[in-house]
Amino acid sequence: MATHTGELIRVQGLTRRYGARAVLDGLDLEIAPGEFVALLGQSGSGKSTLLRALAGLDDDVAGGGTVAVPEQVSVVFQDARLLPWARVLDNVVLGLPRAEQRGRECLAEVGLAGRERAWPNELSGGEQQRVALARSLVREPSLLLADEPFGALDALTRLRMHALLRRLFEQHRPAVLLVTHDVDEAIALADRVLVLGDGRIAAEKRLDGGTSTTEIRAELLRALGVTADL
Amino acid sequence: MTLLAARPSATTGRVRPRRRLAPGRPVPSGFLLGPLLLLGLWAAASASGWLDPRFLSAPWTVVTTAVELAESGRLQDNLLTSVERVALGLAIGIPAGAALALVSGLSRWGEAVIDGPIQIKRAIPSLALMPLLVLWLGIGEVMKVSVIAVGVLVPIYIHTHNGLRTIDSRYVELAETVRLSRAAFIRRVVLPGALPGFLLGLRFAVTTAWLILVVAELINSTSGIGYMMDLARTYGQTDVILVGLVVYGLLGLFSDAAVRLAERRTLSWRRTLAS
Repeated sequence: MATHTGELIRVQGLTRRYGARAVLDGLDLEIAPGEFVALLGQSGSGKSTLLRALAGLDDDVAGGGTVAVPEQVSVVFQDARLLPWARVLDNVVLGLPRAEQRGRECLAEVGLAGRERAWPNELSGGEQQRVALARSLVREPSLLLADEPFGALDALTRLRMHALLRRLFEQHRPAVLLVTHDVDEAIALADRVLVLGDGRIAAEKRLDGGTSTTEIRAELLRALGVTADL
Repeated sequence: MTLLAARPSATTGRVRPRRRLAPGRPVPSGFLLGPLLLLGLWAAASASGWLDPRFLSAPWTVVTTAVELAESGRLQDNLLTSVERVALGLAIGIPAGAALALVSGLSRWGEAVIDGPIQIKRAIPSLALMPLLVLWLGIGEVMKVSVIAVGVLVPIYIHTHNGLRTIDSRYVELAETVRLSRAAFIRRVVLPGALPGFLLGLRFAVTTAWLILVVAELINSTSGIGYMMDLARTYGQTDVILVGLVVYGLLGLFSDAAVRLAERRTLSWRRTLAS
């Protein structure tokens, strides 16, 4: 199933400023088609700013640089962001004409078959986030942007969602940029982990099985400014 | 088990003291008690002759008068005229208010042009416009329907506009990421998002419509429930006035219930939260 079609995602010299402060300062980044990249960084390091730039949601922010992303980009937000007045299936196929059948299939894929007619308010937090995943999947994205999608979930639900996301990724093979503050989440899910610092990619670790995860974890924490003796 | 069973429970022997601070159990059909009590007092006062029928007719006189008015067809004719006026006023005022709210809520230019005048209009009671409207439109149906329409437009506009403007910006962002067209954005996000506000405005609008109708019919009118009542005033027929009051009350009650029913139907996604 691993079809690496689609072009490279390339960001060059990306700068984004809020007032006098440059949150992103000449950032370069490349993501290969079908690659799962996790982006770590302290609060306020510009993780979300980068993701919003890739999603094209930052028209109102000053800055420059070039961003080349595929045509099909899907975003999963930290909140599930479902329209409360639309039933689950209508949320999944929002804006897609005649996509009900695909929508049902995607709901089944995230384990929510039979809940098509439910209202979002009737679902648990984890289920709502599954619907949001289905909404992204149904659009067959070449790039999936996820902004701390599991941040609001409890630990057990989060682990289940990790497994689900990884499985969906392996079946559909979009390029993924997962923004998270959780080092373990990044290690568990990604092929490559980036650390954002001073407006650029400050550190990068490839998880190819060569180095032990404990070592990678320690290095990433150090890059994030957390001392090892904690 | 036997040990446990043999031991007398500490709580069974004592009766839990009644809570004395709470108002207590609800009285069955309690909401009817007050009105029935009033009705009883009224009937007793009328029957004993203590209440002068020129001041207030007896309840049974009101009932027989209502039957007589209905038999002669006067009640239905006037009722139909009144309902027609309100229906027409609502039919013009509601779409106008909703359309203005949409334009003003979706474009900054629209807001700049529309919002100011409506806020000014809001400060002026609709009834105060009547003298001017009478001069412009005469005292016929057009004037009455116009006053109602203008009065209804304001609450519909205010609440729909407010509903529109308070739609969560996160949904707008979502609409952008899934690339909704402008038409789909309005249909899927804006209209359903503004619906609760619109329905709230509708409840105010219906109440306002009846209020304006009463005044419009009491002055410068030759038909309608209000005219029937005003005519009764010149002849001192308190029974007819009371029939009119009851009819107005029922109309207000029914129309509010209708709007609330519509609210429950269309906002079922909200009810699941409340229930």
